[in-house]
Amino acid sequence: MQYTQILMDHFKNPRNQGELASPDGVGEVGNPVCGDMMKIYIEVDKNEKGEEIIKDIKFQTLGCGAAIASSSMLTEMAKGKTIEEALKITREQIAEKLGGMPKEKIHCSVLAAAGLKKAVADYRGETFTEKLEEEEHAHC
Amino acid sequence: MEKIYLDHSATTPLDPQVLKKMQPYLTDIFGNASSLHSFGQEAIKGVDWAREQLANLFGCKFKEVIFTSGATESNNLVLRGLLMAFRNAKKESSSAKAPEDKKFHIITSKIEHPAILEVCQELVKEGLAEVTFVNVDSNGVVKINEIKEAIKDNTILVSIMYVNNEIGTIQPIRKIGEIVEKANLKRRPKSEVRSPKDLYDKIYFHTDAVQAVNYCPMKADYLKTDFITISGHKIYGPKGIGALYIKEGTPIKSIIFGGHQEYNIRPGTYNVAGIVGLGVAIELVNKEQTEINDKIGKLRDKLIAGLTKKIPDTQINGNLEKRVPGNANISFLGAEGESMLLMLDLEGIAVSTGSACASGSLEPSHVLRAMDIPAEDCHASLRFTLGKGTTAKEIDRVIEVLPAIVKRLREMSPLKRKN
Repeated sequence: MQYTQILMDHFKNPRNQGELASPDGVGEVGNPVCGDMMKIYIEVDKNEKGEEIIKDIKFQTLGCGAAIASSSMLTEMAKGKTIEEALKITREQIAEKLGGMPKEKIHCSVLAAAGLKKAVADYRGETFTEKLEEEEHAHC
Repeated sequence: MEKIYLDHSATTPLDPQVLKKMQPYLTDIFGNASSLHSFGQEAIKGVDWAREQLANLFGCKFKEVIFTSGATESNNLVLRGLLMAFRNAKKESSSAKAPEDKKFHIITSKIEHPAILEVCQELVKEGLAEVTFVNVDSNGVVKINEIKEAIKDNTILVSIMYVNNEIGTIQPIRKIGEIVEKANLKRRPKSEVRSPKDLYDKIYFHTDAVQAVNYCPMKADYLKTDFITISGHKIYGPKGIGALYIKEGTPIKSIIFGGHQEYNIRPGTYNVAGIVGLGVAIELVNKEQTEINDKIGKLRDKLIAGLTKKIPDTQINGNLEKRVPGNANISFLGAEGESMLLMLDLEGIAVSTGSACASGSLEPSHVLRAMDIPAEDCHASLRFTLGKGTTAKEIDRVIEVLPAIVKRLREMSPLKRKN
């Protein structure tokens, strides 16, 4: 198993790590029993077109190098995007942006993608269904 | 950056004295040790010399030592080789009472190395054996009562590791040997005269001693074992060489075929340089053991004291008394093992972890889980294994570097805990 340089860079210097003081939405996925847990915080604003955008995003992660790097990459990809665009971020895109990921680490990118969806659901006052979470995060 | 290696249970560096004695066998003395001519004879001398060293180590006869490619092969040979010998004997003997589908029974523990566990699982899958995996207590020591209770009429082998590779706990091998001995006495009617058939009415006892050679008594008689597995690269010898002690008269069938080497038990051209290297490594263990164990034990205690003092919320995994001096296994609760490992590696420090995230299997350490340590605390574990080259300065550096790493990862975590 080997990590790419991009992934190691995100692990060493995680982007947008921390929490937002007054987030508009928070999504928490994973659990410590599985070894990884993520919390994504978003602040929502509107652009000139009146579309909702992710103005700011932060993450907190307990987990391995791939989990931390996936969270970091997700926040970088989502920041400034409209919510609709951000929701389209897939685990494959996260992994690809990191220059690839070891097969056994794919669930880390799954978690990151799910964390953002859950934060948006929280913002919208919707329920991020357990079923969806299970589908997204098939392991453990 | 000065690199610090604290992963000696994974592998050890080759001792320069070992390399020096191996070198001629990689160059000038290249003969096939099975050849009758002078080239071969020169090579076999090296093999014989090494075999003497191993016979000294085990306190056994010259011909009771078999060279293999390593501990994985030795373990495979014990489990499958003994089982096959029993199955063949049953087939050949018209008096075999057991029904044809009756499987032989093996007893092992839940904390064995995969080179035992996965072979057992494979034998079960192939329908050749049934296996009991006994539990360990919270100290990481095998519950020997469970071994006693597990013994059945069709039991042919008990295989328990000498020292656990993850937590360093020393298993009560001699006591288990006594249990097997007693069970064997019960099996044979007192009046009956010993016959070759008795060989197949016995329970044999194997210990995988890979992690023990540096630290523990290794005499086969003392340990009451029929098989002992050892490996070269865990004792400052080369990789790709191991050995197996097989007590004289123990049934065993080859698991690979194609030559007559090693008394037909393990065919294949002699890895002469590797064998010589293993011999030198054993010789060095005998010479240096006492002094090194003392030094390593003190450094290990210093490491544990330093880390547990500077880092809150730590937990030492496995009993500290019943463990080899080179091992410390500590959970830094609320920080994940692989991340700690990677950050230490960026500082030039090499350790290993029981976290699932580093295993490639999504399962945390089977050893820690067998001790009933919660999964989240297994993920937080680091294993430090010291070696004969470890220095006080290196330990100081780890004690200096790790607290900040743990703090940073705990701060990064969504779970809040004191720091």
